[in-house]
Amino acid sequence: MSEETYTLQGGGRAAQKLKGSPSGDDGYRGVWVFIEQVEGRAAPVSWELLGAGRELADSLEVELAGVILGSGVENLSDEAFAYGADVVYLADHPLLRDYRTLLYAKVLINLVRKYRPEVLLMGATSLGRDLAGVVATSLETGLTADCTELKIDTEKRLLEQTRPAFGGNVMATILCPKRRPQMATVRPRVFPLPPRRSGRKGRLIAESFELKEEEARVRILETIKEKGRSLYLDQAEVIVAGGRGVGSKENFELLKELAETIGGTLGASRAAVEAGWVPPEYQVGQTGTIVRPKVYFAIGISGAIQHLVGMQNSDIIVAINKDPEAPIFRIATYGIVGDLLEIVPALTSEFRRRLSRSTSEGISNA
Amino acid sequence: MHFVVCVKQVPDTTEVRVDPVTKTLVREGVPSIINPYDAHAVEEAVRLKERYGGKVTAISMGPPQAEEVLRRALAIGADRAILLTDRTFAGSDTLATSYILAQAIRRLDREEPVTLVLCGKQAIDGDTGQVGPGIATRLGFTPLTYVLAVEEIDIEAGEIKVQRKLEDARQVVCGKLPALLTVVKEINELRYAALPDLVRAARTRPERWTAADLEVDPGRTGLKGSPTSVRRIFAPPQRPGGEMIPGGTEDPARAASLLVDKLLKTKLIADL
Ligand SMILES: Cc1cc2nc3c(=O)[nH]c(=O)nc-3n(C[C@H](O)[C@H](O)[C@H](O)COP(=O)(O)OP(=O)(O)OC[C@H]3O[C@@H](n4cnc5c(N)ncnc54)[C@H](O)[C@@H]3O)c2cc1C
Ligand SMILES: Nc1ncnc2c1ncn2[C@@H]1O[C@H](COP(=O)(O)O)[C@@H](O)[C@H]1O
Repeated sequence: MSEETYTLQGGGRAAQKLKGSPSGDDGYRGVWVFIEQVEGRAAPVSWELLGAGRELADSLEVELAGVILGSGVENLSDEAFAYGADVVYLADHPLLRDYRTLLYAKVLINLVRKYRPEVLLMGATSLGRDLAGVVATSLETGLTADCTELKIDTEKRLLEQTRPAFGGNVMATILCPKRRPQMATVRPRVFPLPPRRSGRKGRLIAESFELKEEEARVRILETIKEKGRSLYLDQAEVIVAGGRGVGSKENFELLKELAETIGGTLGASRAAVEAGWVPPEYQVGQTGTIVRPKVYFAIGISGAIQHLVGMQNSDIIVAINKDPEAPIFRIATYGIVGDLLEIVPALTSEFRRRLSRSTSEGISNA
Repeated sequence: MHFVVCVKQVPDTTEVRVDPVTKTLVREGVPSIINPYDAHAVEEAVRLKERYGGKVTAISMGPPQAEEVLRRALAIGADRAILLTDRTFAGSDTLATSYILAQAIRRLDREEPVTLVLCGKQAIDGDTGQVGPGIATRLGFTPLTYVLAVEEIDIEAGEIKVQRKLEDARQVVCGKLPALLTVVKEINELRYAALPDLVRAARTRPERWTAADLEVDPGRTGLKGSPTSVRRIFAPPQRPGGEMIPGGTEDPARAASLLVDKLLKTKLIADL
């Protein structure tokens, strides 16, 4: 193992305290975030988790570490420091270029056994879930999926993991009192992106290890990219979503026009997807994508719990529905009762008028 | 080939609530169903049997009434159904559940070597998707998650070729057998059950295996074998409602204009 040391900013106090502390919990200390990357690009959920992990590490008075696995991915460590990591564990190996479960699991399990973190967080992406299940089972520890809130019970040094169950109708707070690490996955966009402090430094620990191709047990033959996928939906800042109330594929054009006018992305309820008006990748909700835009328009959507769990963290929710009793109004920031076929075109033309005026004003003011 | 499918009985999640007074789960009167993804897993196993020959065994861990989902599996076309039921299994989390299911599959494997285990992508009560990868890890089978299509099983080469569904891509991978698949709904369409299967399902009582039949370590099942525990449950917090903008029915243009005022003030919406 080679170790490079950079100046440490923030977390230094914690690190010192850690050295002097008696080794309770079998010496498991520190909060780790698995930095998910594909083709050298990190999944934003990794940075969101560093933001959440920073608070946990501070309450526990321990270091926050990012764990990066891949091939030629050392440059991601600076990003991890910028988003709040004190330490980065880097496992760089040609066989780790593409994600393959058993190779990634082996490396991560060995790192955990060697450095003993008390908390390990991963994104609840298809990759993160695939990996987390294998790692937790090998380590015989607890794993809580899809957490929406993470807090430390400082007295007992336990991670309180809160998550929805039964399709979002129930919330449960789950503990893993006796085994370490305490593992949790979190879906993208549940936590906000923390501020990025470029130039912030930390300690880089590059691991060397052996890996054999046979251990992968799989060969990737082909990866077929799907264009216009929901990957974009969970990054969208403005979403114009329609439900069964939209009534037809043709009427969805009205929503598309509104979306285009304000730089938004189209979204849909499951009912609209099942009706065949919108492709499945636009579905928001429990079985669709979880979104966290700045503005979410729910148009002709009643507000079933499975839809709400997918969008209730939006900063502003606008509901348009002809039924004043629709549950969506109970969570909407702004609500209009009326016929969407009248209101949506009116909104589009009003935005068109006002937005083009405000840009020309902006130009003349400049 | 021997295909083993893990099926779980789940409450129809749309109906489960927290009682506002007692703060406990209200599950009475909530219908139980086969986990929807698991129905597709059974269907896929049956189709693979039709293609390659062999046998489909469905297993479920749960209370005696979970027998119902095994009847469903038989109706879809499974040849054999086994319920893993024991009082000491109650309270198992995903780690303990994967242990119990893996022990059952080990026993089945001794009777007739298992080619493939199929699970659902996740169970809709907990939505964890952890049990499948957990079973694969315990058995040393190749885990292949989010499978969208099984392209080929090549017994000679000891390999299976599948398509996996990722966020923004489909991936074609070849994995070593034995393997464990978790399947997404797009993998197949459920067919109507054939009459003989329905009759057989109604007449067959699934076999029952208890802890003793599985040679399980009691320290690794049920509450004792579960590292996670629930500290509390509660109703989801309601996001406070906001402001109703009047006049949407009488004067839509005016209501729209009022809304645009408010939204532009937030500076969250920009021009393209
Ligand atoms: C296991 C499970 C998972 C699920 N996952 C999801 C999920 O991920 N995402 C999801 O969205 N759903 C999901 N659902 C489905 C969910 O329960 C609801 O059925 C669905 O969200 C309803 O969609 P909707 O609001 O568009 O339709 P509806 O509930 O039918 O609502 C339509 C609304 O449109 C209004 N309306 C009609 N005409 C007009 C008009 N002209 N102008 C204005 N308003 C009008 C009506 O008043 C009504 O409120 C799931 C269900 C289950 C069981
Ligand atoms: N009690 C159980 N009995 C049989 N199969 C199960 C059980 N629990 C989970 N599974 C299988 O594991 C999959 C994922 O479940 P989960 O990890 O709970 O989301 C399910 O779709 C089933 O195939």
